Amino acid sequence: MSFSPLLSKLTLCAAIALVSATGTAQAQSATEIQLSYKDKKFDPAEISAPANAPIVIKLKNLDSKAMEFESKTLKVEKVVAGSSDATINVRAQKPGRYEFFDEYNEKVARGALVVK
Amino acid sequence: MIAALIIVFREVFEAGLIVGIVLAVTRTVPHRNAWIAGGVLAGVLAACVVAAFAGALSNLFAGMGQEVFNAAILILAVVMLTWHNVWMARHGKELAGELWAAGKAVVEGSKSLLALAIVVGVAVLREGSEVVLFLYGVLAGGSDSGWSVALGGLAGLVLGALVCMLTYFGLVKIPTRALFTTTTILIALLAAGMAAQAAAFLEKANWLTALDNVVWDSAWLLSDSSLLGKALHTLIGYTDQPTAMQLAVYLAILAVTFVLMRLYGAPAKTATPAPAE
Repeated sequence: MSFSPLLSKLTLCAAIALVSATGTAQAQSATEIQLSYKDKKFDPAEISAPANAPIVIKLKNLDSKAMEFESKTLKVEKVVAGSSDATINVRAQKPGRYEFFDEYNEKVARGALVVK
Repeated sequence: MIAALIIVFREVFEAGLIVGIVLAVTRTVPHRNAWIAGGVLAGVLAACVVAAFAGALSNLFAGMGQEVFNAAILILAVVMLTWHNVWMARHGKELAGELWAAGKAVVEGSKSLLALAIVVGVAVLREGSEVVLFLYGVLAGGSDSGWSVALGGLAGLVLGALVCMLTYFGLVKIPTRALFTTTTILIALLAAGMAAQAAAFLEKANWLTALDNVVWDSAWLLSDSSLLGKALHTLIGYTDQPTAMQLAVYLAILAVTFVLMRLYGAPAKTATPAPAE
Protein backbone atom coordinates (compact mmCIF):
# COMPACT_ATOMS: atom_id res chain seq x y z
CA MET A 1 0.00 0.00 0.00
CA SER A 2 2.72 2.46 -1.00
CA PHE A 3 0.21 4.89 -2.44
CA SER A 4 -1.18 5.64 0.97
CA PRO A 5 1.14 8.46 2.15
CA LEU A 6 0.14 10.40 -0.93
CA LEU A 7 -3.44 9.58 -0.12
CA SER A 8 -3.15 10.93 3.41
CA LYS A 9 -1.71 14.18 2.05
CA LEU A 10 -4.56 14.48 -0.41
CA THR A 11 -7.03 13.87 2.36
CA LEU A 12 -5.42 16.50 4.53
CA CYS A 13 -5.76 19.00 1.70
CA ALA A 14 -9.38 17.96 1.25
CA ALA A 15 -10.03 18.35 4.96
CA ILE A 16 -8.54 21.85 4.97
CA ALA A 17 -10.59 22.78 1.95
CA LEU A 18 -13.62 21.38 3.74
CA VAL A 19 -13.12 23.48 6.83
CA SER A 20 -12.50 26.64 4.86
CA ALA A 21 -15.52 26.04 2.68
CA THR A 22 -17.97 25.54 5.53
CA GLY A 23 -20.34 28.42 5.68
CA THR A 24 -20.16 29.28 2.01
CA ALA A 25 -23.14 27.04 1.28
CA GLN A 26 -25.42 27.97 -1.57
CA ALA A 27 -28.07 30.49 -0.71
CA GLN A 28 -30.22 30.53 -3.85
CA SER A 29 -33.87 29.97 -3.08
CA ALA A 30 -35.28 26.62 -4.10
CA THR A 31 -38.04 26.14 -6.66
CA GLU A 32 -40.94 24.23 -5.15
CA ILE A 33 -43.01 21.96 -7.39
CA GLN A 34 -46.22 20.14 -6.50
CA LEU A 35 -46.65 16.68 -8.01
CA SER A 36 -49.22 13.99 -7.37
CA TYR A 37 -49.36 10.30 -8.16
CA LYS A 38 -52.57 8.38 -8.72
CA ASP A 39 -53.45 5.15 -10.57
CA LYS A 40 -49.83 4.76 -11.61
CA LYS A 41 -49.74 8.20 -13.24
CA PHE A 42 -47.88 11.36 -12.36
CA ASP A 43 -49.89 14.56 -12.45
CA PRO A 44 -48.66 16.67 -14.12
CA ALA A 45 -46.58 14.26 -16.19
CA GLU A 46 -44.20 17.06 -17.08
CA ILE A 47 -42.94 19.64 -14.63
CA SER A 48 -40.50 22.44 -15.20
CA ALA A 49 -38.02 24.44 -13.16
CA PRO A 50 -35.39 27.12 -13.75
CA ALA A 51 -31.78 26.03 -14.18
CA ASN A 52 -29.03 26.46 -11.59
CA ALA A 53 -31.29 26.61 -8.55
CA PRO A 54 -32.15 23.82 -6.13
CA ILE A 55 -35.53 22.18 -6.67
CA VAL A 56 -37.92 20.78 -4.08
CA ILE A 57 -40.54 18.33 -5.32
CA LYS A 58 -43.55 17.88 -3.05
CA LEU A 59 -44.98 14.53 -4.04
CA LYS A 60 -48.42 13.30 -2.94
CA ASN A 61 -48.92 9.56 -3.39
CA LEU A 62 -52.71 9.23 -3.65
CA ASP A 63 -52.57 5.48 -4.32
CA SER A 64 -52.91 3.14 -1.37
CA LYS A 65 -49.72 1.28 -2.30
CA ALA A 66 -46.17 2.42 -1.72
CA MET A 67 -44.22 3.70 -4.71
CA GLU A 68 -40.59 4.55 -5.27
CA PHE A 69 -39.87 7.85 -6.94
CA GLU A 70 -36.70 7.44 -8.92
CA SER A 71 -34.68 9.39 -11.43
CA LYS A 72 -31.35 8.17 -12.66
CA THR A 73 -30.31 11.49 -14.11
CA LEU A 74 -31.42 13.51 -11.08
CA LYS A 75 -29.86 10.95 -8.72
CA VAL A 76 -33.03 10.61 -6.71
CA GLU A 77 -34.51 7.50 -5.16
CA LYS A 78 -37.21 7.77 -2.56
CA VAL A 79 -39.79 5.37 -1.21
CA VAL A 80 -43.19 7.00 -0.68
CA ALA A 81 -45.64 5.02 1.45
CA GLY A 82 -49.24 4.59 0.28
CA SER A 83 -51.50 7.64 0.78
CA SER A 84 -48.74 9.87 2.03
CA ASP A 85 -46.59 12.85 1.09
CA ALA A 86 -42.88 13.13 0.49
CA THR A 87 -40.41 15.93 0.00
CA ILE A 88 -37.65 15.36 -2.52
CA ASN A 89 -34.66 17.68 -2.63
CA VAL A 90 -32.94 17.95 -6.00
CA ARG A 91 -29.69 19.84 -6.39
CA ALA A 92 -29.38 22.67 -8.91
CA GLN A 93 -29.41 21.31 -12.46
CA LYS A 94 -28.23 22.35 -15.90
CA PRO A 95 -30.91 22.90 -18.57
CA GLY A 96 -32.24 19.63 -19.95
CA ARG A 97 -34.94 17.01 -19.71
CA TYR A 98 -34.74 14.68 -16.74
CA GLU A 99 -36.98 11.64 -16.68
CA PHE A 100 -38.38 10.18 -13.50
CA PHE A 101 -40.56 7.13 -12.81
CA ASP A 102 -42.06 4.90 -10.17
CA GLU A 103 -39.56 2.09 -9.87
CA TYR A 104 -42.30 -0.39 -9.04
CA ASN A 105 -44.12 0.43 -12.29
CA GLU A 106 -41.28 1.61 -14.48
CA LYS A 107 -43.00 0.96 -17.82
CA VAL A 108 -46.17 2.97 -17.29
CA ALA A 109 -45.56 5.41 -14.47
CA ARG A 110 -43.22 7.96 -16.02
CA GLY A 111 -42.80 11.69 -16.04
CA ALA A 112 -40.15 14.31 -16.71
CA LEU A 113 -38.67 17.43 -15.23
CA VAL A 114 -37.71 20.04 -17.79
CA VAL A 115 -35.04 22.43 -16.58
CA LYS A 116 -34.82 25.68 -18.56
CA MET B 1 -42.77 -11.55 -14.05
CA ILE B 2 -39.63 -10.32 -15.77
CA ALA B 3 -40.22 -6.82 -14.41
CA ALA B 4 -40.46 -8.23 -10.87
CA LEU B 5 -37.33 -10.28 -11.42
CA ILE B 6 -35.40 -7.21 -12.55
CA ILE B 7 -36.61 -5.04 -9.67
CA VAL B 8 -35.80 -7.61 -7.02
CA PHE B 9 -32.48 -8.54 -8.57
CA ARG B 10 -31.45 -4.90 -8.75
CA GLU B 11 -32.08 -4.54 -5.05
CA VAL B 12 -30.46 -7.78 -3.86
CA PHE B 13 -27.44 -7.42 -6.14
CA GLU B 14 -25.60 -5.06 -3.79
CA ALA B 15 -26.37 -7.13 -0.71
CA GLY B 16 -25.20 -10.24 -2.61
CA LEU B 17 -21.82 -8.67 -3.36
CA ILE B 18 -21.32 -7.59 0.23
CA VAL B 19 -22.31 -10.94 1.73
CA GLY B 20 -19.96 -12.67 -0.74
CA ILE B 21 -17.04 -10.48 0.35
CA VAL B 22 -17.78 -11.00 4.04
CA LEU B 23 -17.97 -14.78 3.54
CA ALA B 24 -14.57 -14.73 1.82
CA VAL B 25 -13.02 -12.50 4.49
CA THR B 26 -14.15 -14.78 7.30
CA ARG B 27 -13.63 -18.12 5.62
CA THR B 28 -11.10 -19.38 8.19
CA VAL B 29 -13.04 -18.16 11.21
CA PRO B 30 -14.99 -20.80 13.13
CA HIS B 31 -18.76 -20.38 13.49
CA ARG B 32 -18.81 -17.70 10.82
CA ASN B 33 -21.81 -19.24 9.00
CA ALA B 34 -24.04 -18.85 12.03
CA TRP B 35 -23.01 -15.21 12.47
CA ILE B 36 -23.50 -14.28 8.85
CA ALA B 37 -26.80 -16.15 8.60
CA GLY B 38 -27.84 -14.27 11.75
CA GLY B 39 -26.87 -11.00 10.08
CA VAL B 40 -28.93 -11.82 6.97
CA LEU B 41 -31.92 -12.90 9.07
CA ALA B 42 -31.76 -9.79 11.26
CA GLY B 43 -31.49 -7.70 8.10
CA VAL B 44 -34.60 -9.32 6.59
CA LEU B 45 -36.59 -8.85 9.80
CA ALA B 46 -35.46 -5.24 10.12
CA ALA B 47 -36.36 -4.69 6.44
CA CYS B 48 -39.92 -5.87 7.15
CA VAL B 49 -40.16 -3.52 10.14
CA VAL B 50 -38.79 -0.59 8.12
CA ALA B 51 -41.19 -1.38 5.27
CA ALA B 52 -44.14 -1.53 7.67
CA PHE B 53 -43.25 1.87 9.10
CA ALA B 54 -42.03 3.44 5.85
CA GLY B 55 -44.52 6.28 6.09
CA ALA B 56 -43.69 7.13 9.68
CA LEU B 57 -39.96 6.90 8.97
CA SER B 58 -40.27 9.29 6.04
CA ASN B 59 -42.02 11.89 8.13
CA LEU B 60 -39.20 12.15 10.65
CA PHE B 61 -36.76 15.05 10.35
CA ALA B 62 -39.10 17.24 8.31
CA GLY B 63 -39.69 14.58 5.66
CA MET B 64 -36.05 13.58 5.45
CA GLY B 65 -36.31 10.53 7.74
CA GLN B 66 -35.41 8.03 5.01
CA GLU B 67 -32.28 9.89 4.00
CA VAL B 68 -31.10 10.39 7.57
CA PHE B 69 -31.87 6.74 8.44
CA ASN B 70 -29.96 5.50 5.40
CA ALA B 71 -27.00 7.72 6.23
CA ALA B 72 -27.02 6.53 9.85
CA ILE B 73 -26.98 2.82 9.03
CA LEU B 74 -24.33 3.37 6.37
CA ILE B 75 -22.15 5.18 8.90
CA LEU B 76 -22.65 2.23 11.28
CA ALA B 77 -21.47 -0.13 8.54
CA VAL B 78 -18.45 2.11 7.81
CA VAL B 79 -17.43 2.05 11.47
CA MET B 80 -17.79 -1.75 11.59
CA LEU B 81 -15.79 -2.31 8.40
CA THR B 82 -13.02 0.04 9.48
CA TRP B 83 -12.90 -1.55 12.91
CA HIS B 84 -12.66 -4.97 11.26
CA ASN B 85 -9.70 -3.88 9.14
CA VAL B 86 -7.87 -2.44 12.14
CA TRP B 87 -8.63 -5.57 14.14
CA MET B 88 -7.34 -7.76 11.32
CA ALA B 89 -4.12 -5.73 11.13
CA ARG B 90 -3.46 -6.80 14.70
CA HIS B 91 -4.81 -10.33 14.70
CA GLY B 92 -4.57 -11.39 11.09
CA LYS B 93 -1.30 -13.21 11.71
CA GLU B 94 -2.78 -15.34 14.48
CA LEU B 95 -5.74 -16.06 12.31
CA ALA B 96 -3.62 -17.27 9.43
CA GLY B 97 -1.51 -19.40 11.77
CA GLU B 98 -2.70 -22.29 13.86
CA LEU B 99 -2.96 -20.25 17.06
CA TRP B 100 -6.55 -19.58 16.33
CA ALA B 101 -7.90 -22.35 18.53
CA ALA B 102 -6.79 -20.53 21.68
CA GLY B 103 -9.86 -19.67 23.76
CA LYS B 104 -9.34 -15.95 23.98
CA ALA B 105 -8.74 -15.63 20.28
CA VAL B 106 -12.12 -17.18 19.61
CA VAL B 107 -13.80 -14.66 21.90
CA GLU B 108 -11.95 -11.84 20.15
CA GLY B 109 -12.90 -13.41 16.86
CA SER B 110 -16.59 -13.28 17.62
CA LYS B 111 -16.26 -9.51 18.16
CA SER B 112 -15.00 -9.17 14.63
CA LEU B 113 -17.72 -11.51 13.40
CA LEU B 114 -20.33 -9.40 15.15
CA ALA B 115 -19.01 -6.33 13.32
CA LEU B 116 -19.25 -8.10 9.98
CA ALA B 117 -22.65 -9.59 10.80
CA ILE B 118 -23.84 -6.02 11.40
CA VAL B 119 -22.45 -4.99 8.01
CA VAL B 120 -24.33 -7.87 6.36
CA GLY B 121 -27.49 -6.97 8.26
CA VAL B 122 -27.26 -3.35 7.14
CA ALA B 123 -26.72 -4.34 3.51
CA VAL B 124 -29.75 -6.65 3.57
CA LEU B 125 -31.86 -4.09 5.43
CA ARG B 126 -31.14 -1.26 3.00
CA GLU B 127 -32.08 -3.18 -0.11
CA GLY B 128 -34.59 -5.50 1.54
CA SER B 129 -37.12 -2.94 2.69
CA GLU B 130 -37.72 -1.85 -0.91
CA VAL B 131 -38.21 -5.44 -2.03
CA VAL B 132 -40.67 -6.03 0.81
CA LEU B 133 -42.68 -2.91 -0.09
CA PHE B 134 -42.75 -3.84 -3.75
CA LEU B 135 -43.80 -7.46 -3.22
CA TYR B 136 -46.31 -6.50 -0.54
CA GLY B 137 -47.88 -3.93 -2.86
CA VAL B 138 -48.26 -6.52 -5.61
CA LEU B 139 -49.56 -9.33 -3.41
CA ALA B 140 -51.94 -7.06 -1.48
CA GLY B 141 -53.33 -5.91 -4.82
CA GLY B 142 -54.75 -9.40 -5.24
CA SER B 143 -54.51 -9.24 -9.02
CA ASP B 144 -54.10 -12.37 -11.15
CA SER B 145 -50.51 -11.42 -11.77
CA GLY B 146 -49.70 -11.73 -8.05
CA TRP B 147 -48.24 -15.21 -8.25
CA SER B 148 -46.29 -14.57 -11.39
CA VAL B 149 -44.78 -11.50 -9.75
CA ALA B 150 -43.95 -13.47 -6.61
CA LEU B 151 -42.26 -16.05 -8.81
CA GLY B 152 -40.30 -13.35 -10.58
CA GLY B 153 -39.30 -11.93 -7.21
CA LEU B 154 -38.13 -15.33 -6.07
CA ALA B 155 -36.06 -15.75 -9.24
CA GLY B 156 -34.53 -12.34 -8.54
CA LEU B 157 -33.58 -13.48 -5.05
CA VAL B 158 -31.98 -16.64 -6.44
CA LEU B 159 -29.95 -14.54 -8.90
CA GLY B 160 -28.84 -12.33 -6.00
CA ALA B 161 -27.68 -15.42 -4.12
CA LEU B 162 -25.79 -16.43 -7.26
CA VAL B 163 -23.96 -13.07 -7.28
CA CYS B 164 -23.04 -13.72 -3.67
CA MET B 165 -21.65 -17.18 -4.50
CA LEU B 166 -19.73 -15.95 -7.54
CA THR B 167 -18.14 -13.19 -5.45
CA TYR B 168 -17.23 -15.68 -2.75
CA PHE B 169 -15.75 -18.33 -5.04
CA GLY B 170 -13.92 -15.68 -7.05
CA LEU B 171 -12.28 -14.32 -3.93
CA VAL B 172 -11.35 -17.63 -2.29
CA LYS B 173 -9.49 -18.64 -5.45
CA ILE B 174 -6.90 -16.07 -4.40
CA PRO B 175 -4.07 -17.68 -2.36
CA THR B 176 -4.36 -17.07 1.40
CA ARG B 177 -1.44 -14.63 1.66
CA ALA B 178 -2.70 -12.42 -1.15
CA LEU B 179 -6.29 -12.84 0.04
CA PHE B 180 -5.58 -10.93 3.24
CA THR B 181 -4.17 -7.92 1.38
CA THR B 182 -6.93 -8.11 -1.23
CA THR B 183 -9.74 -8.19 1.30
CA THR B 184 -8.15 -5.43 3.38
CA ILE B 185 -8.12 -3.16 0.33
CA LEU B 186 -11.60 -4.31 -0.74
CA ILE B 187 -13.05 -3.58 2.69
CA ALA B 188 -11.33 -0.19 2.93
CA LEU B 189 -12.77 0.79 -0.48
CA LEU B 190 -16.17 -0.62 0.46
CA ALA B 191 -16.15 1.47 3.65
CA ALA B 192 -15.01 4.60 1.81
CA GLY B 193 -17.74 4.10 -0.80
CA MET B 194 -20.40 3.64 1.88
CA ALA B 195 -19.22 6.78 3.67
CA ALA B 196 -19.49 8.75 0.43
CA GLN B 197 -23.01 7.32 -0.04
CA ALA B 198 -23.88 8.41 3.49
CA ALA B 199 -22.64 11.90 2.60
CA ALA B 200 -24.83 11.82 -0.53
CA PHE B 201 -27.89 10.97 1.60
CA LEU B 202 -27.12 13.81 4.00
CA GLU B 203 -26.75 16.14 1.03
CA LYS B 204 -30.20 15.07 -0.18
CA ALA B 205 -31.58 15.80 3.28
CA ASN B 206 -29.92 19.25 3.12
CA TRP B 207 -28.02 18.41 6.29
CA LEU B 208 -24.76 18.73 4.42
CA THR B 209 -24.55 21.72 2.12
CA ALA B 210 -20.85 22.55 2.03
CA LEU B 211 -18.77 21.48 -0.98
CA ASP B 212 -21.84 20.44 -2.93
CA ASN B 213 -20.37 21.21 -6.35
CA VAL B 214 -20.22 18.25 -8.74
CA VAL B 215 -16.56 17.54 -9.42
CA TRP B 216 -16.98 15.52 -12.60
CA ASP B 217 -19.68 13.91 -14.73
CA SER B 218 -18.63 10.58 -16.17
CA ALA B 219 -22.15 9.35 -16.93
CA TRP B 220 -21.25 9.31 -20.65
CA LEU B 221 -18.46 6.83 -19.89
CA LEU B 222 -20.05 4.65 -17.24
CA SER B 223 -23.45 5.39 -15.75
CA ASP B 224 -23.73 4.30 -12.15
CA SER B 225 -27.14 2.84 -12.89
CA SER B 226 -25.72 0.33 -15.40
CA LEU B 227 -24.93 -3.12 -14.02
CA LEU B 228 -21.15 -2.59 -14.13
CA GLY B 229 -21.57 0.92 -12.73
CA LYS B 230 -23.73 -0.44 -9.94
CA ALA B 231 -21.21 -3.17 -9.11
CA LEU B 232 -18.41 -0.61 -8.97
CA HIS B 233 -20.67 1.68 -6.96
CA THR B 234 -21.06 -1.01 -4.32
CA LEU B 235 -17.47 -2.23 -4.39
CA ILE B 236 -15.41 0.95 -4.63
CA GLY B 237 -18.06 3.64 -4.30
CA TYR B 238 -18.03 4.69 -7.96
CA THR B 239 -20.51 7.41 -8.76
CA ASP B 240 -20.76 9.31 -12.03
CA GLN B 241 -21.42 12.74 -10.47
CA PRO B 242 -19.59 12.95 -7.15
CA THR B 243 -19.67 16.15 -5.15
CA ALA B 244 -16.50 17.56 -3.60
CA MET B 245 -17.87 16.55 -0.20
CA GLN B 246 -18.35 12.93 -1.26
CA LEU B 247 -14.77 12.81 -2.58
CA ALA B 248 -13.39 14.39 0.60
CA VAL B 249 -15.27 11.89 2.79
CA TYR B 250 -14.13 9.01 0.58
CA LEU B 251 -10.46 9.96 0.84
CA ALA B 252 -10.76 10.73 4.55
CA ILE B 253 -12.03 7.21 5.31
CA LEU B 254 -9.18 5.64 3.34
CA ALA B 255 -6.66 7.79 5.21
CA VAL B 256 -8.22 7.08 8.60
CA THR B 257 -8.21 3.33 7.89
CA PHE B 258 -4.56 3.47 6.86
CA VAL B 259 -3.49 5.50 9.89
CA LEU B 260 -5.44 3.33 12.35
CA MET B 261 -4.03 0.15 10.82
CA ARG B 262 -0.53 1.60 11.22
CA LEU B 263 -1.15 2.73 14.79
CA TYR B 264 -2.91 -0.32 16.16
CA GLY B 265 -1.71 -3.06 13.87
CA ALA B 266 0.93 -5.22 15.56
CA PRO B 267 4.33 -5.07 13.90
CA ALA B 268 4.84 -8.14 11.73
CA LYS B 269 6.06 -10.97 13.93
CA THR B 270 7.42 -14.32 12.94
CA ALA B 271 4.87 -16.98 13.67
CA THR B 272 6.28 -18.34 16.91
CA PRO B 273 3.61 -20.16 18.86
CA ALA B 274 3.36 -17.60 21.66
CA PRO B 275 0.29 -17.60 23.90
CA ALA B 276 -2.50 -15.39 22.63
CA GLU B 277 -2.32 -11.90 24.07
